[in-house]
Amino acid sequence: MLAFLLALASAPAMAALDASEMLADPALEARARTLAKTLRCVVCQNQSIDDSGADLARDLRQSLRARLLAGDSDEEALAYLTHRYGDYVLLEPPLKPATWVLWFAPAGFAAIAALLALRYFRRRE
Amino acid sequence: MTAELGNFALALALGLALLQAVLPLYGAARGRPALMELARHTALGQFLLAAIAFGALTRAYVYSDFSVSAVAQNSHSLKPLLYRLTGVWGNHEGSLLLWILILTLFGAMVAVFGSGLRKTLQARVLAVQAMIGSGFLAFTLLTSNPFARVWPPPLDGAGLNPLLQDPGLAFHPPLLYFGYVGLSVAFSFAVAALLEGRVDRAWARWVRPWTLAAWAGLTAGIALGSWWAYYELGWGGFWFWDPVENASFMPWLAATALLHSAIAAERRQALRSWTVLLAIVAFSLSLLGTFLVRSGVLTSVHAFATDPERGVFILLLLGIATGGALALYAWRAPALGTGVPFRPVSREGALLLNNLVLVTACATVLLGTLYPLFLDAFDAGKVSVGPPYFTATFVPLIAPALVAMAIGPMLAWKRGDLAGALGRLWLAALGAALAAGATLAYGETLAALGLGAAAWIGLGALVEWSERLRLGRAPAGEAWRRARSMPRAAWGGGLAHLGVAIVVAGITASQCFQSELILAMKPGDRAQIAGYAIRFDGVSEVQGPNYRAERAMLSVLRDGAPAAVLTPERRFYPVERQHTTEAAIRTTLFADLYAVIGEEDAQAGRTVRLYHNPLVPWIWIGAIVMAFGALISLSDRRLRLAAPARRRRQPAAA
Repeated sequence: MLAFLLALASAPAMAALDASEMLADPALEARARTLAKTLRCVVCQNQSIDDSGADLARDLRQSLRARLLAGDSDEEALAYLTHRYGDYVLLEPPLKPATWVLWFAPAGFAAIAALLALRYFRRRE
Repeated sequence: MTAELGNFALALALGLALLQAVLPLYGAARGRPALMELARHTALGQFLLAAIAFGALTRAYVYSDFSVSAVAQNSHSLKPLLYRLTGVWGNHEGSLLLWILILTLFGAMVAVFGSGLRKTLQARVLAVQAMIGSGFLAFTLLTSNPFARVWPPPLDGAGLNPLLQDPGLAFHPPLLYFGYVGLSVAFSFAVAALLEGRVDRAWARWVRPWTLAAWAGLTAGIALGSWWAYYELGWGGFWFWDPVENASFMPWLAATALLHSAIAAERRQALRSWTVLLAIVAFSLSLLGTFLVRSGVLTSVHAFATDPERGVFILLLLGIATGGALALYAWRAPALGTGVPFRPVSREGALLLNNLVLVTACATVLLGTLYPLFLDAFDAGKVSVGPPYFTATFVPLIAPALVAMAIGPMLAWKRGDLAGALGRLWLAALGAALAAGATLAYGETLAALGLGAAAWIGLGALVEWSERLRLGRAPAGEAWRRARSMPRAAWGGGLAHLGVAIVVAGITASQCFQSELILAMKPGDRAQIAGYAIRFDGVSEVQGPNYRAERAMLSVLRDGAPAAVLTPERRFYPVERQHTTEAAIRTTLFADLYAVIGEEDAQAGRTVRLYHNPLVPWIWIGAIVMAFGALISLSDRRLRLAAPARRRRQPAAA
């Protein structure tokens, strides 16, 4: 836990999203909030840009909102940010060959557990 | 001088630990009582020496002895006494010393309370415990000496991270370490049992209390950490699936599985070899957690690669402990024999299901935590594995256990009657349906599932108690008599399940029904949230003991009349040059009104963030209930530490 805290502390613990950053259009702002919660503040440890008080998070929030104001769809705005910061910026890792194991292994674990249980009871009969 | 005394005590403790790691093993193998007996004395000696070292370091902090490097780097003379004290373990070196203190405390407890154990088993347990102790003592002395001096001593210290200057966090590490280290006893028992080649009922009865104590500590420690994150980090969340949180959550999952499988091992001689394996895995995950947190590998794989001294040492400890124990397991476990058979639908079957689910979930958390590190280490790209991943995988994996945990305790050992158990749970099923239906009316499917599960588990625990007491079917006097003779373990287990229900309700409601409002306010402005009117009354400057703060006054109005005042702060700690936010929270136990303030904008006003978090206090109330349940179980006659010895004496007296 301590390392987590120390890492957090390296980012200035200021308030996150500031009222002045918010968009006037509530629908657009709601989209921005939803997207911001799925984007990582890339200099922080595991904080979304919506939660983080780091300067970089603020920059990311502003460029996200700028894209939405310019008429981007959610996918286009995300694509723009992933293009600039890589997959690292997405808190939900995208499905691609490098993450197949990550995404499919949990189902595999469950299958192995079920098979082990089955074998256990078979052997006993 | 005291620092040198502490250093000397640590070195002596290492000497004793090395003796204790070798001689009792030899004694147990050759049947030399004196060598086996030695372990008890060295275990007590180690604890005494660790306590002296810890006392010496504490003294250096209390008197602000800045010639000690760790004190100079982490303390400051202006810091309040409480945080000078808790600062002892608020850093790498000191936290290792705390780890050692607790480890030797557990060793001493095995020495004192374990007099009823088989002599060879006790000697071997203490020897394994000393191997772990030697590793950590050597690690501390060689790479992270808390007593290292610095010359010339600085005029004042560098201060402690203000985020850590908080009562919630001050007591988080000791509880968590109590849990981590408590699992080392289960590990030592497992390895000793493999050395002995015997896992009998007495063994399982001895492992349970240590695991229960460790589990209670872990539960409370994790809850305290998440509570701290909730009120201190200032964005209303309480769990972030951060690797460091996962590092404490994985041992918790494994320990939960171990608790349950040890029940089957003790009562039915079933799942014995599996229980041994889980004990090894649970402590290995504690060591892994220590590695993740202490090596810096989380911050950056590459930073770790350039300064690997500490990380490599822990990795080596982890490799020796886990690898050695698993190799021993592979070699000796077949000799432990297979247990008493049981049908899939039975109490043992339910405990097995619990174990499989928990281990699967734990493996998933492990995968998600380590995956980005591996990708990065092999230059296969950088990905983030954040909360969305864990929500998508962990929640569905754990769900079967939530359904089964109300049914399991209703099943008979060996061969259960599922239809009968479900029939007796009709009240819980009805409650779950009502809770889910009422929630569905708000259009939240996930919330309906969560609250339905909570009602199912909670009512299930109550139904199980009432079945045991024959409430409503027998006269009240009979129920009272049964309540008094019901084993504490049954009370404790039910209570822990009730705690889970409360936690599930709290998590679900706070995730699905949170309201949030972020706005700029000027004095006199009002805002509405969740039926409350909030009036902003301005900001004042406050001077704290070692910080300056801007404190906002927010009046909570109900029907126009002030009902409460919220005073969130933004603090500045000049020594550390850091800002922190202090949330103001008004709780009704059913919901929290939560306020934090941001920066001032000359035109728009002060940014104020308001949250209404329904049922969020239940998360911590539930965790307390769970830990309390473990303590009740711990006080069960059957598990009371000296019980086997006492029982053996009774027939002799009769």
